[in-house]
Amino acid sequence: MTTAAVEPQQIFSAGRSGKDVRSDLRVTFEPRASGGLEIDLASRVSTYYGDSIRAQALDVLKQMGVTDCHLAIEDEGALPFVISARIESAVRRAWGGKGKRVLLERTAAQAPLQRDRLRRSRLYLPGSEPKYFVNASLHAPDAIILDLEDSVHPDEKDTARILVRNALRAVDFGSCERMVRINQLPLGLADLEEIVPERPDLILLPKTEAAEQVREVARKIAEIKHRHAISDPTWLMPILESALGIENAFAIARADDSIVALTIGLEDYTADLGVVKSLEGAESLYARTRLVNAARAAGVQAIDSVFGDVADRNGLRAWGEHSRALGFEGMGCIHPGQIPVIHEAFAPSKSEIDKALKIVGAFEDAKTQGRGVVSLGSKMIDPPVVMRALKLVERARAMNSIKPSN
Amino acid sequence: MSTATDLALELAKNAAGRLVPTFVNGNDQTPYLGVGQYQPTGRKASPMIPSNRNYPSDGDKRVPDLETALRLCGLHDGMVISSHHHLRDGDAVALETLRIAANMGVRDLMWFPSASFPSQKPVIELMEAGVVHHIEGSMNGPLGDYCSRGKMRGMGVLRSHGGRWQAIQDGEVHIDIAVIAAPAADPFGNANGTIGKSACGGLGFALADSLYADKVIVVTDNLVPFPCVPWQIQGNNVDYVVEVPSIGDPSKIVSGTTQITRSPDRLLIARYVAEFLRDAGIMRDGFSFQAGAGGIALAFVDYLRRMMKEAGVKARFVRGGSTRYLVELLNEGLTGYILDGQTFDLDGVGSLASDPRHISTSPFTSYNYHGKGNIASMIDAVVLGATEVDLNFNGNVVTHSDGRLLHGIGGWQNCLFAKCTILALPSFRDRIPVIVDEVTTLTGPGELIDVVVTERGIAINPRRRDLIDATKNSKLPIKTIAQIQKEVFDLCGGRPQKPRLTGNPVAVVKWVDGTVLDTVWQVET
Repeated sequence: MTTAAVEPQQIFSAGRSGKDVRSDLRVTFEPRASGGLEIDLASRVSTYYGDSIRAQALDVLKQMGVTDCHLAIEDEGALPFVISARIESAVRRAWGGKGKRVLLERTAAQAPLQRDRLRRSRLYLPGSEPKYFVNASLHAPDAIILDLEDSVHPDEKDTARILVRNALRAVDFGSCERMVRINQLPLGLADLEEIVPERPDLILLPKTEAAEQVREVARKIAEIKHRHAISDPTWLMPILESALGIENAFAIARADDSIVALTIGLEDYTADLGVVKSLEGAESLYARTRLVNAARAAGVQAIDSVFGDVADRNGLRAWGEHSRALGFEGMGCIHPGQIPVIHEAFAPSKSEIDKALKIVGAFEDAKTQGRGVVSLGSKMIDPPVVMRALKLVERARAMNSIKPSN
Repeated sequence: MSTATDLALELAKNAAGRLVPTFVNGNDQTPYLGVGQYQPTGRKASPMIPSNRNYPSDGDKRVPDLETALRLCGLHDGMVISSHHHLRDGDAVALETLRIAANMGVRDLMWFPSASFPSQKPVIELMEAGVVHHIEGSMNGPLGDYCSRGKMRGMGVLRSHGGRWQAIQDGEVHIDIAVIAAPAADPFGNANGTIGKSACGGLGFALADSLYADKVIVVTDNLVPFPCVPWQIQGNNVDYVVEVPSIGDPSKIVSGTTQITRSPDRLLIARYVAEFLRDAGIMRDGFSFQAGAGGIALAFVDYLRRMMKEAGVKARFVRGGSTRYLVELLNEGLTGYILDGQTFDLDGVGSLASDPRHISTSPFTSYNYHGKGNIASMIDAVVLGATEVDLNFNGNVVTHSDGRLLHGIGGWQNCLFAKCTILALPSFRDRIPVIVDEVTTLTGPGELIDVVVTERGIAINPRRRDLIDATKNSKLPIKTIAQIQKEVFDLCGGRPQKPRLTGNPVAVVKWVDGTVLDTVWQVET
């Protein structure tokens, strides 16, 4: 018997199908009082995986404790982690959101966590579009963002979070940092419950305006991790999207130890100011430089917003180079084609690298000779300059801009 | 004529281990013997000797309409009627020919197109009505489905472009009447495809038909006074000329302009292809390569072009499928010549018409295996697609993994003889793995397929130690084909089920030498 009372005439759906849909499915779940589990399957790939889909559907229903129902599936070549998510969603919709989680075998290896890693590019993947998940890492962004917030329709928030949870378990994201953008609280609390146990590397907090908001999320995360006996860190990246958020930038950046970076959402910010977002970005210059300053002062990375015009590669390059010059270490990304352009824009130039290598060389000489002062020729190099050169060389090595022999 | 449902069907196992019929559409067949194993004997086919005495002395072969021409050619039951596909989905002439035959009460024709297109779906009705007995040529979409379900009376025969030439030349297919749609022609019958409102580029696919058919009809919507130059089709081989208001829909003949795919996954594969050519040392001064008309097989040209510029490398010649992307290479001095088998856009058509370095080829020069060599074999690198490739590098282009007919072979088999044959394809499509244990329908033997490039990695045929050595320091993700297959099976949730096929053959796949390479079986409904 099902665990919650439900009107027998009601049916509950999740997912999408249709000739323009790929890698997804639409399931329609009708709980019944008797008759066992009846499954109707129409699939683009029934010749190849028809048996497998039916077996999986039965398995998911049984795991959730469903004994009697009619389940209709219209499948457009969805992978198993998507099938499981959509069926679970439909059943949980029938039960008012409650229901046993169907946790797939954890097959995706995780890259080791690193607080201060390269975050030049972070590729947004709408949480309700599974077709983009499996090949995302092949395009080599530094990070991927499984988005539960603005790219997901309000009616799809519940099913997207189950899909993203499954993706974190089953999809191989290679060496990309795995980020999730949750919804603003209180909705975001449900997101955290579902995804924190899957150990995303970093959580993005939208529309952050006060340090206390960050602390509330951090407390919730800690509580969930305690319940699941997880001790690995979960990084946080607040997104400032309003004038107030920018005003409180420094306080927000220092709000918690887990914060590794600060970023900005320019669409909402310019809307808040009541100005038009321009290509050159003069209207957000203050906000962005303030963010860079606050991030530096708090010892975290400053990450820029996305560049919305996917077709304009030259505009993207110009924006990226300017962004780097302002002190940002990376930016958001909405299309894989933007990734190589962004990486080039945020890479130090050859002359910068050469200069930095010379300084590092001089630093090592000074060390081996026991001298306290670093000098290149007749010129003395101040300690901050040395630090910056060391950091640049380290970054350049991470970007493969320097051959190992150097 | 034997039919597809002949119970006394004889099947033999060929050198590729495939079961194939030994008697197809009234003709004995030789099962595939292996690459380069079959030695043809005998002489080429020859048409009857004509005489000027039977043709107008003023060189004006015009007749009022196509029906008159067909009557004068003696169209009757059971004949073989051929057409070319240079007008692609915009062609009106082939279908019109068969409809006129229907009106005349003719039955049991064999249609012998160089390829068929979706707009020719009405041929199904003509098959149902008994006008057309069967098709020997590629069958797309609805026509392919019809054949896959066993509804065609005769057996389908799939040949490559070179194989079609070989079959005509060797007398395996005897064309009674060839109907040649021509964007430009003169009353004598000289014709070309480069000028006129329905311009399509070359007319190479009609060349064999014009040389070997008993009767040849040229149909044009652009009659010019003698001489029609350049004359790719010689009027000396033509019986009748028909002028019509339109031979087809220009918007579907060539595209206005070609756009490279924008799919990030396809572009990634295209980039890997170009990088492979560079890292393996195939890209070098004086090299040659072939590009397709779209998808990955075209997109790689964009990446290769940048690498060629960076390295200061110029190609001696490129083969196409010509599009504006090849024309750009020619104009930038990155290639010495374009050898053009089929023109796909207006830039290609214009360049072919005006640039002496842009040359029309035919299936004889490019692809025919029963000749003294061919151009496709001389190319350094060719990039092709496929529906499936298996662990032994065998390739399939004619059916889906469920056994249904998808499309024809085109020049695919002929191109396999290039020095480096690359199949560039996604490792799975809509949860359907592309790398399989054994191809559903064998279209090309693995010994000729050198490299498989997917978004998940690049596999080099173990036979090519030279390519493996050349790329050992490359940063490309080089893996074994079994590794890529395993990754995909894990992603897709295991090995896919095998298709349920009947034991009834509906079509055969010919190899470039006319031997039978594999069988297409009727699908279970």
